[in-house]
Amino acid sequence: MTEQTPGGDEHRHVPLPEDSMPKGGVNAPVPVAAEATPAVDPRLIVRQEGVKGYLGEFRRRITSGELGSLPVVLALIVIWAVFGSLNSSFLSAQNLSNLSQQIVGTGMIAIGVVFVLLLGEIDLSVGSVSGLCAAIFAVLNVTHGVNQWVALLSALVGGAVVGLIQGVFFAKVGVPAFVVTLAGNLGWNGLMLQVLGANGTVNLSGKDIVSRLYSTIYSSQAAAYGVAVIGVLLFLGASVLDARRRQAAGVPSRPVLDIALRTAAIAVVAFLAAYTLNQYKGLPLALLIFLVFIVVLDFVLRRTTYGRQVFALGGNIEGARRAGINVSWIRISVFTICSTMAAVGGLFLAAQIQSASQTSGGGNLLMNAIAAGVIGGTSLFGGRGSTWSALLGALVIGSIQSGMNIQGLSNAIQFMITGAVLLAAVVVDSLARRTQRAAGRA
Amino acid sequence: MTGETVLALRGVSKRFGAVQALTDIELEVRAGEVLALVGDNGAGKSTLVKSIAGVHQPDEGTIEWQGRPVSVHRPQDAQQLGIATVYQDLALCDNLDVVGNLFLGREIRRFAVLDEVAMEKRSRSLLDTLSIRIPSVRIPVASLSGGQRQVVAIARALVGSPKVVMLDEPTAALGVEQTAQVLDLVERLRDQGLGVILISHNMADVMAVADTVAVLRLGRNNGVFDKRRTSQEEIISAITGATDNAVTRREARGTEGSP
Repeated sequence: MTEQTPGGDEHRHVPLPEDSMPKGGVNAPVPVAAEATPAVDPRLIVRQEGVKGYLGEFRRRITSGELGSLPVVLALIVIWAVFGSLNSSFLSAQNLSNLSQQIVGTGMIAIGVVFVLLLGEIDLSVGSVSGLCAAIFAVLNVTHGVNQWVALLSALVGGAVVGLIQGVFFAKVGVPAFVVTLAGNLGWNGLMLQVLGANGTVNLSGKDIVSRLYSTIYSSQAAAYGVAVIGVLLFLGASVLDARRRQAAGVPSRPVLDIALRTAAIAVVAFLAAYTLNQYKGLPLALLIFLVFIVVLDFVLRRTTYGRQVFALGGNIEGARRAGINVSWIRISVFTICSTMAAVGGLFLAAQIQSASQTSGGGNLLMNAIAAGVIGGTSLFGGRGSTWSALLGALVIGSIQSGMNIQGLSNAIQFMITGAVLLAAVVVDSLARRTQRAAGRA
Repeated sequence: MTGETVLALRGVSKRFGAVQALTDIELEVRAGEVLALVGDNGAGKSTLVKSIAGVHQPDEGTIEWQGRPVSVHRPQDAQQLGIATVYQDLALCDNLDVVGNLFLGREIRRFAVLDEVAMEKRSRSLLDTLSIRIPSVRIPVASLSGGQRQVVAIARALVGSPKVVMLDEPTAALGVEQTAQVLDLVERLRDQGLGVILISHNMADVMAVADTVAVLRLGRNNGVFDKRRTSQEEIISAITGATDNAVTRREARGTEGSP
């Protein structure tokens, strides 16, 4: 500690001392720099090779609170096992195929909620916005006979404008997002009733684009398997390309075994899903669109500057601002994305019941959408999450509802159980965060 | 080994309402020199740093950059000139990894997509250049120790290849070992020809790395000392105002007398 190296003109490189504290003693020659020995910190936890290394790494991550999507996958397995043992029809191809379609509406809304949660904020208006946008489409297309594409676009633009307004109030005026969107929850619901008019219910024509988005099922065996093959190949190709580039650049890359294991896991899930869907009617278009939205928006979040800025804002607002990020713009855009996704979800929900009615977007839709994001593993505290949690969370909630419907349980019981699951998810999130803090990871 | 003057303040004054925070400040920062800025609480150190960094605009006086007067209206202006500032609270994003933090706000892109490989490569070479050792550039900043976070914050200031780096109390929250790391880093910055402005309360740190010590007292220059020819006592007496002579007394009387 007393040793003060007077500067870099001292061309020496001392190997790390036993006490392994890198400090003045390890003064690498400064001007030579880049090609200096890429010294490895002795405190670095290095993963062992092979299966043992994987298990060790896995245990380390769990004990330090980096649960990721593990709790939700476990929960899903438990739920499916319980309902499957209670009634064999739960795990039938028919029920699972229907389930894959039923979750799309809520899941689409949940994708938008994930964006807002990443900022550490919340949007309580998504339910009302989904109902409003469904009403806009139905009234324009059915009542006024507007071209279906124009009506579809109007509904989506309507959702975007709602998000823009809420975002401006939050980011520019400085009203807490919780309050802005709570006001929106009531206000947009009122606007929906206004749009629907005296009748209260507008039935879709059944031939329009939105109805077909939902009812189209590709019955060809090749469709589902084809999508599975494409998905697996895309993942494998991206992993291999990335590993090659990393090797070429001399930075650490995933080992081949790692890539192989991951690809195999994804392939098993994808082909099991495709097989199940093909056992019934085939690949539903709604599910395909849902997956495309998840993959594209996941790419946006993880691989673009915009996504990096969203995560940064969820981590440290002041840090993001000092790094030159336009905080207001990111906030407004995220709320716009959220409301637009609510509009998309609302259209799928309307297509599911073939109408837009006064009850659209009401009930427990709002809670389910937010719960889906949180249950899926996106943190309520901001900065951690992925669009895939919308799929996982929506699957958990959809499975519980479907299973309880098969068991003939009443709404009362369903609400209580769904509420308990949401609470459990938030508890897991909070505990994981606390463990991460303790393990120095939050 | 000190070079030409990079940054100079000429007669800078700053007023907040009734408070005269800075009065006629003169300061020169040369390339390859560590300038320690010391002073008691409320002496105007932070205001001066913020005036240079573009957070505040001086009411009077000019800032000269490489000999010509410049106007610094926003933090971005200062960054573009080549003045990097590491604030006391670091402002790192805990959930992002080291690479993400280093390049936050100036990501390297390839076909509009983040080029993680290039960023990781540059991060490694940058950290190697500074002999910074951290467990991995791919772990969240949250898992780093206080000293490691400080060196990451300093490394982040260097990504834009600045000519002057301002460090606001970089060792305030650090232990002995970590302080030594940061001071080593400050010396490496100097040896790379950067001008370093080091704000510190800790006289031991200042005496260890500074070439020149500028003392602020009550918003005014209270002496610029060459460290090699000055004792710690002299600097401390300048900080506390114990230096007692006719000139300082007359000055003090002048400011107190004016309304």
